[in-house]
Amino acid sequence: MTTPIAWLEAVEVDYPRGPALGPFDFELAPGEITALVGPSGCGKSTALRLLAGLEAPTRGRVERASGRGETAVVFQAPTLMPWASALDNVALPLELAGTPRPAARARAAAALARVKLAGIDLAKPAQLSGGMAMRVSLARALVTDPRLLLLDEPFAALDEITRRALAEDVHQLWLQSQLAIVFVTHNVEEAVYMASRVVVMTSGPGRAAGGAMIDAPLPRPPGFRTTAHFRQAAEKVSADLAKAMDVGAMEAT
Amino acid sequence: MNRALSLLAPFVLIAILLAVWEIVCRALAVPLFLLPPPSAIAVATAQNAPLLMSSAWNTLSMAVLAWIAASLFACGLALLVGTHSLIEDAVRPLAVVIQVTPIVAIAPLVNIWAGLDHPQRGVVGLAAVVAFFPIFSGALTGLKGADPDLERLFDLYGATRLQRLFRLRLPAAVPFVLEGHKVAAGLAVVGAVVAEFVAGSGGAQGLAWRILEASNRLQTAKMFAALLVLAAMGVALYTLLQTAERVILRRWRGR
Repeated sequence: MTTPIAWLEAVEVDYPRGPALGPFDFELAPGEITALVGPSGCGKSTALRLLAGLEAPTRGRVERASGRGETAVVFQAPTLMPWASALDNVALPLELAGTPRPAARARAAAALARVKLAGIDLAKPAQLSGGMAMRVSLARALVTDPRLLLLDEPFAALDEITRRALAEDVHQLWLQSQLAIVFVTHNVEEAVYMASRVVVMTSGPGRAAGGAMIDAPLPRPPGFRTTAHFRQAAEKVSADLAKAMDVGAMEAT
Repeated sequence: MNRALSLLAPFVLIAILLAVWEIVCRALAVPLFLLPPPSAIAVATAQNAPLLMSSAWNTLSMAVLAWIAASLFACGLALLVGTHSLIEDAVRPLAVVIQVTPIVAIAPLVNIWAGLDHPQRGVVGLAAVVAFFPIFSGALTGLKGADPDLERLFDLYGATRLQRLFRLRLPAAVPFVLEGHKVAAGLAVVGAVVAEFVAGSGGAQGLAWRILEASNRLQTAKMFAALLVLAAMGVALYTLLQTAERVILRRWRGR
């Protein structure tokens, strides 16, 4: 077994309104794609912020083998600076780290090309469609060549066709750079299609409650969605999710 | 065609109202000091045009001076306050006190401090006090109103305080600061007029003084003429700033 790139050990997070997460254990191998699925408020975004180092656990241990700039986050909204061009938005992480502007911009242009957005460098976010803005956000995450990419419901606000296209793009990017990816989603089909492992989480407070390994090789053809393998995994995840929601509902009463 | 009509509509309404006003005044033989007809107001405006223009310039220049002073002070303070939450806790209640205290009530005090021989200073000071709050409040809201996820992103990449200020908070504040300045410009004119009224002497030869003077002499048509110029000034100022805001915002967000 290779050394995990990030792991959470018995982490618990308490918010003023009560416990939000834990105890929760999680391990991520280099190059692995993991989906966290669960009802609203099950702490999946909290787990993601712990992995990003944006939040500290109340109890437990968070370890990351990757340093600053090696972890990237894509949020639910594109989260671009509306006043800055696509190129400047993508160059931001490099410039914050002190990379000189011309070099940062050159790498940003390359990152935009990787997400199939070459030639929109000077466009501002308001001039982009939702899918394009999300791609710019993805390019910004990739510009530092991270080893760990965290996606917090990245496609939730997009239409089905755009979501599927982006899911395939993420697979292509994964293929090029062998990133470890953790992504949070509400969508069982998306989780099973994209991930090599799905972790189902239950709420109140958030804990692991089953899931599935999907050992079909990545990237997967769109036709994978119609295979028996896909259907079985999706049914298993759906069943675990239904159980998790019952547990969450019981604990909430 | 539709667009032309909707542009024309307010002018047609004004024309109808003026006509009714003129006819009623003449038919009922309303005394001139009570309600002069539009024709008399037009004559008064034309006769007093040079005086009204120089008075308008007086009021406007004092208001603009006050607006600039308020802008510098409010933006500077917002910058200081926005980067230190303790200072904000200390300053915000005071700013609110200044804002909720009726301007007319502070005016005599400001006039004394400005020196009774220098009513212009009092007018500028008072107008600046009124113009201060919207700019301060807008700038502070803007500085603290950046997208929380963008703030997290700056955390993630280990941004320094200065990087965060210049690359995130200042640009994010631009629309709020512009809006604050637009509101403040209108308020600066109000503040200047109120201060002139309270000063009550001819020292500050602005439009408000023309109104007072005409009122004391029962020259009602001249009062209307001064009001007309004041309203026109307000509309011109508002239009100018509205356009400036639109142009700057279009550049800011790229469309």
